[in-house]
Amino acid sequence: MIEVRGLSKRYGDKIAVNNLSFSVEPGKVTGFLGPNGAGKTTTMRLILGLDYADAGTVTIAGQQYAQLAYPMREVGALIDAKAVHGGRSAYNHLLCLAQTNNLPKRRVGEVLELVGLTEVARKRAKGFSLGMSQRLGIAATLLGDPALLMFDEPVNGLDPEGILWIRNLMKALAAEGRTVFVSSHLMSEMEHTADHLIVIGRGQLLADCTMEEFIARSSGQTVRVSTPQAEQLAKAVAEAGGTVLPGGGDGALTISGLIAAQVGDIAFDHGVRLHELTVVRASLEAAFMELTADSVEYRAAENGQGQSPEPGQAPEPELAAQGRSAQGQYSHEGRI
Amino acid sequence: MAATTTQPARPPVLPPPSGRAGFGGTLRSEFTKIRSVRSTYWTLLVLLAVSIGIGAAISAGTAANWSHTSPSDRATFDATQASIAGLFFLGQLVIVVLGAIVLTAEYSTGMIRTSLTAMPRRGTVYAAKAVVFAVVALVVTLVAAFIAFFLGQSLLASTHESATLSQPNVLRAVIGTALYVTLCGLFAFAAGAILRHTAAAITSVIGLLFVIPILAHLLPSSWYQDLERWLPDAAGRAISVTVGGQDPHLFAPWNQFAVFAVYTVILLAVGAALFRKRDA
Repeated sequence: MIEVRGLSKRYGDKIAVNNLSFSVEPGKVTGFLGPNGAGKTTTMRLILGLDYADAGTVTIAGQQYAQLAYPMREVGALIDAKAVHGGRSAYNHLLCLAQTNNLPKRRVGEVLELVGLTEVARKRAKGFSLGMSQRLGIAATLLGDPALLMFDEPVNGLDPEGILWIRNLMKALAAEGRTVFVSSHLMSEMEHTADHLIVIGRGQLLADCTMEEFIARSSGQTVRVSTPQAEQLAKAVAEAGGTVLPGGGDGALTISGLIAAQVGDIAFDHGVRLHELTVVRASLEAAFMELTADSVEYRAAENGQGQSPEPGQAPEPELAAQGRSAQGQYSHEGRI
Repeated sequence: MAATTTQPARPPVLPPPSGRAGFGGTLRSEFTKIRSVRSTYWTLLVLLAVSIGIGAAISAGTAANWSHTSPSDRATFDATQASIAGLFFLGQLVIVVLGAIVLTAEYSTGMIRTSLTAMPRRGTVYAAKAVVFAVVALVVTLVAAFIAFFLGQSLLASTHESATLSQPNVLRAVIGTALYVTLCGLFAFAAGAILRHTAAAITSVIGLLFVIPILAHLLPSSWYQDLERWLPDAAGRAISVTVGGQDPHLFAPWNQFAVFAVYTVILLAVGAALFRKRDA
């Protein structure tokens, strides 16, 4: 549905997007991932014709965005929720947008209801919190009931409730058969919503694959055991060809190179008591960071903060990523 | 979206589309925009207040002082010009602010990106904005001009020099002044499109319309007389005069008006080209 071919854009000396090609398929949630400054927003602006590409083409349903008969009926795009005249009421903001595409007035009330802003419809947007602005922006994208929705970092800066609302909304929109193209710098945001991933770094394509492929590709599993006989087990594991990774703490070992069953058998053979035997998959976040490590724009100078963990190193239980929201460990990158 | 028939059908919430999004809808949209922010009402209210108030003050003052006015001053007294002087001198300052803000506020708030996402055909957006502003400005300046005129003339009644619309040049001066002030607003609108910054646009338009004519007076008078007819403010002076001969160094009123109109059209065209060409 969105076809991006050989797209390039530079701002002065800085190459924002470099020969980028991908397509966004209909009826799926496609996650558009990359570290801050990777060119996600620029790409979206180029798709919408807000900025002009230096090279390459973008088509939506075969046409340039500016040529679409009724752009809002085809694409609902939210790039910046604060791109609103603060002096205008929510109702009038939506009305003036609806009128450009000859959409019926009643639609304004409907989308306000959909995002839960009916009560503040007559209030000026100036007084809206970020969460409310985000809802207003999303209301605008839904005015034309488009089959394709495009959101740029929709959860950035939202509180947990707002994040949950956006996530559920994206799922609901996708369940209705709409295409959702959503960008994020947080893998954890995509894990549970995206079917397909497009990963970019420094304006270039790093990965274009399904979520399953990305998971499969991500660095292998490790096995965590906890045992009162850690030393004995470590020795046995090493003999069997496994690697005991540093760290892990008291009585716990993290082992790579062996699957859980092998570790269990080794323990049994050596008469080692196990208190815990867990399969740990490197989180998608870690895989994402590994993939984009070379293309991170701004990284903290000390402590290796911005560095990617080695494959398998510092593995995290899969579920940990779920609990980590935008307030999590990468939120310091949220705004530059 | 007809191609994606594999999707589960959503119940249609909109009537089927016909034609394409164009000028009509964008015009309605721009009218909604201009009527839904307070700054419009404030500036237009100030415009009406200064136009009518100052016109009335000058008229009342003249009437009160009429017995002490010399015959030569009485002979050159222009009752029409006196009553609409507020609109002419201060109204143009106010309309310049509104004209600039119409477009620059979209940049300062970021609304421009939302506007151009809804309606990506930029020429259409630019034209609709300019038309809506011009119509609103013209209506308000005409109202201001006529109220100021009638109020001023009633205050001048005691002088027996008050004007009526049927007298020569009077209707031209009243309508022409409103048109001139509207044109000043469009001039500022175009400057806003070029500079994309409220303060920069207002400052440079005030510089061009008000400061340069003042500086031009400092030139040797023969130079000034050659230059005068090409200055932007000459249109307003030529069009608002009803008594006595025209300034011999100016064109006839409507021709002089056309000079400024041409400047404005050129500036609008430059603004349009940049609005379409630049990244939003």
